Amino acid sequence: MTSIILRTATQYMFPPLILFSIYLLLRGHHYPGGGFVGGLMGGAAFALYSLAFDVATARKLLRFDPRDITAAGLGISLLSGLPALLSGKAFLTGTWWQIPLGGGRYFDLGTPFVFDVGVYLVVLGVLLTFVFALGEEK
Amino acid sequence: MAEWWVLIVLALLSTCFIAALLAPLIHRYCPKYTGALLLAAPLAMFVWLLKQIPEIMHGHPVEQTFLWVEKLGLELSFRLDGLSLLFALLISGIGMLILLYTQGYFKGHAQQGRFLMYITAFMASMLGVVLADNLLLIFIFWELTSFTSYLLIGFNHESEAARKAALQAMLVTVLGGLFLLAGLILMAGAAGTWRLSEVIQCGPELLAHEHYRPILILVCIGAFTKSAQFPFHFWLPNAMQAPTPASAYLHSSTMVKAGVYLLARLSPALGGTEEWTLILTTIGTVTFLVGAIMALGQHVLKRLLAYTTVSALGAMIMLLGVGTDYTIKAMAAFVLAHAFYKATLFMLAGGITHETGGETSIDKLGGLRKAMPVSFACALLAGLSMGGFFPFFGFVAKEIWLHALGHYPLLIIATVIGGAAYVLVGLSTGLKPFMGKMPDGLHAHEIPLAMRVGPMVLGIGCLVLSFVCGKVGHAIVEPAASAIAWKELHVHLHLWAGFNKYLLISVVTMLIGVFLFCIRSVFVRLAGRLSVLVKLGPDAVYNALLNAILGFAGWQTRSLQNGSLRHYIRISVITTTLLVIVAFIRAGGFETFDEVSPLSIRITAIGILMMFAAYGTVHSESRLRAILCMGVVGFSMALLFTFFGAPDLAMTQLVIETLTVILMALAFYHLPTFHHNSPKKTRAIDLGVAVGFGIMITVLVLAALAVQAPTPVSDFYLEQSYKGAHGRNVVNVILVDFRALDTLGEITVLTIAAVGGAALLKLRPKRKGDKS
Repeated sequence: MTSIILRTATQYMFPPLILFSIYLLLRGHHYPGGGFVGGLMGGAAFALYSLAFDVATARKLLRFDPRDITAAGLGISLLSGLPALLSGKAFLTGTWWQIPLGGGRYFDLGTPFVFDVGVYLVVLGVLLTFVFALGEEK
Repeated sequence: MAEWWVLIVLALLSTCFIAALLAPLIHRYCPKYTGALLLAAPLAMFVWLLKQIPEIMHGHPVEQTFLWVEKLGLELSFRLDGLSLLFALLISGIGMLILLYTQGYFKGHAQQGRFLMYITAFMASMLGVVLADNLLLIFIFWELTSFTSYLLIGFNHESEAARKAALQAMLVTVLGGLFLLAGLILMAGAAGTWRLSEVIQCGPELLAHEHYRPILILVCIGAFTKSAQFPFHFWLPNAMQAPTPASAYLHSSTMVKAGVYLLARLSPALGGTEEWTLILTTIGTVTFLVGAIMALGQHVLKRLLAYTTVSALGAMIMLLGVGTDYTIKAMAAFVLAHAFYKATLFMLAGGITHETGGETSIDKLGGLRKAMPVSFACALLAGLSMGGFFPFFGFVAKEIWLHALGHYPLLIIATVIGGAAYVLVGLSTGLKPFMGKMPDGLHAHEIPLAMRVGPMVLGIGCLVLSFVCGKVGHAIVEPAASAIAWKELHVHLHLWAGFNKYLLISVVTMLIGVFLFCIRSVFVRLAGRLSVLVKLGPDAVYNALLNAILGFAGWQTRSLQNGSLRHYIRISVITTTLLVIVAFIRAGGFETFDEVSPLSIRITAIGILMMFAAYGTVHSESRLRAILCMGVVGFSMALLFTFFGAPDLAMTQLVIETLTVILMALAFYHLPTFHHNSPKKTRAIDLGVAVGFGIMITVLVLAALAVQAPTPVSDFYLEQSYKGAHGRNVVNVILVDFRALDTLGEITVLTIAAVGGAALLKLRPKRKGDKS
């Protein structure tokens, strides 16, 4: 499929799509969004890219093998359960740290967020594993 | 007592397991010394055990318990008493020699590291079995021995016979293990404790318990399968496919004796009844005789030894079944004697085969005495000990055995028959290969030092033990017998007990044995003729059962999973529908749906749209149209979600729908051209299935409305979401915090699906004409 319109549009659409997917991931804890839908959105962006150009280009853009991304995501999610385990609580119990941003403002970093990042990567990786494998068959 | 000291059993056991894990690495980086380095683990165990002898002799067992899972009352408890000591000494002591032997046997073999890993892990599991003092812990180690022996027997996995034998050993012992587990659970229920040493003290209560018979039978099946008792004995000779170090270890001192150990251990709790005596003595005696008689006609070295092992195990069970103090002592002495001579003979059998270029048949061996003088000496020592000749330890054991059976003339007769067979086997393995003329074309060398150490130590041990038999009896056999009987016993072993009728019986046995040895060729020929009968034995039953199970599995796979996607969906949908309907009927249906909210216009409109789209999907003339219609259904669904205040769901649904279209578009390329080719009948069935499923879901949703949980869990989530989990988006908080473990499970499944899917896409068989 080589369509100039699609290619040009994709080139403009791709960065906002990725940004939006990360935005979804980050806001997920308080507003609609989260790792799952964020990962799907990110995956969709790359899928679009692989349709407009080809899988090889999309792979190059992604840099990492989607299977590695999946594994990394699963690992991150698993690791996010450990801090609670170390402090004697049940596995995956939410643990929070306050990181000072200066000026009396704090950023709440919690293991649930780390877990969500893992979910994001797994969903992205799994989706692209399929999309790339299907696309490469041609 | 210092803290670290308390941990010693656990530490030593873990060392053995860790050594097993490290074995391949050690082998890779210093292949020359792997055996020696790995020796450290059993050596530490062995030395520690030796140091415990004085304490144990005085009747003070070593006990160590660590709480494992407090809430479940699971504990890692270990206990070392006379019985455990006897077995643990044999396991770690012979284990060391076997490790050395392996080093020589597998010299230059690329897979030596793997073998060492298996055998060290096996040793550690076996030590676990005899040291554990918790019923569940024993079971875990018990299963580990089954598993590791599977790996050992199937070590030459390129050989089909080895794979089959490994599977057979595993299926038989693991099936027995399940029976054992059931028995142990019943036993713990009856005794009210999982601690083995406490269960044993509950003897009288257990005997009177209504579950006594089931417990006894279940435990016996477990022990009999493991210890190759008739009619489960067939797996043991087949297991000779294992490399010799494994055979020598598994079948002389350890795995197969696990069943004997367990029954000995439980005899104070379960023994002393008519049932106990009947089952154990009958099965034990039958096994003893079957093994001995089957051994007569064998000519393959290892199989010959394997059948006598079956027989020896039968003898142990028989002595245990009689259950007098005297027979228990005899059994403990025999365990010791058997381990020494059988391990020696196995190792030498492997050595002979190894150094003669793979010759396994006794009848084709001869005149090796000049080429292998040291092996000859060791084999003779062990062979004579096996035959019960004076002055070897086998003789000492045979004496006390005959004395113990003084009041049981039938068993004495059985012992004479079995004993004569042992003489024959002892001479066939210890004498026959070395005497006479060397057959033409046979080349032999002395076996290398690493492989010689074990047979030498144990072979000389067969002789030395009998000269210090008084001390050995006092230090090792007596505590073991006391532990089995659960009361203080005194053991006095004598090399020379004077002239009496038992000595006469012994001499007669030997004479018969020597006579049988002289006419051995008759038995071998007879066995060749009768081999047809063996095909009707338990081995055949096993094969028939296995084939039947495989046949059934094949049939149900063919009929349920025939590879057609449509078929899978149909089966899943029909099953779900039926299950839900059954659940409905059993729950008594439901009464009202008062709480149904009125339909608004926009929802009705979307509903109608979805129906049209669904109709369009089914009746579209092209695939693209079908997918777009499906998309309409999906997007309408997302719209519905937003109306009902579920933006997270709506968003996900939207993205999923988009992606579905993309994936479908990609998959198009690989699909055949689209046409309606299913017959009317199939379409009618599909319509029925679809309508049934739809009705089922509708009813289910309506019924869900009627169910009112006392306090909806959603209230808790809503309340705790921000307070407890710092998040305003409840859906997300549930996913990543409250139910994070579920999500972790889901993403794991997702990952597995991706791996499987990618593999399917990549590895699919190439199409015709596809050359790439």
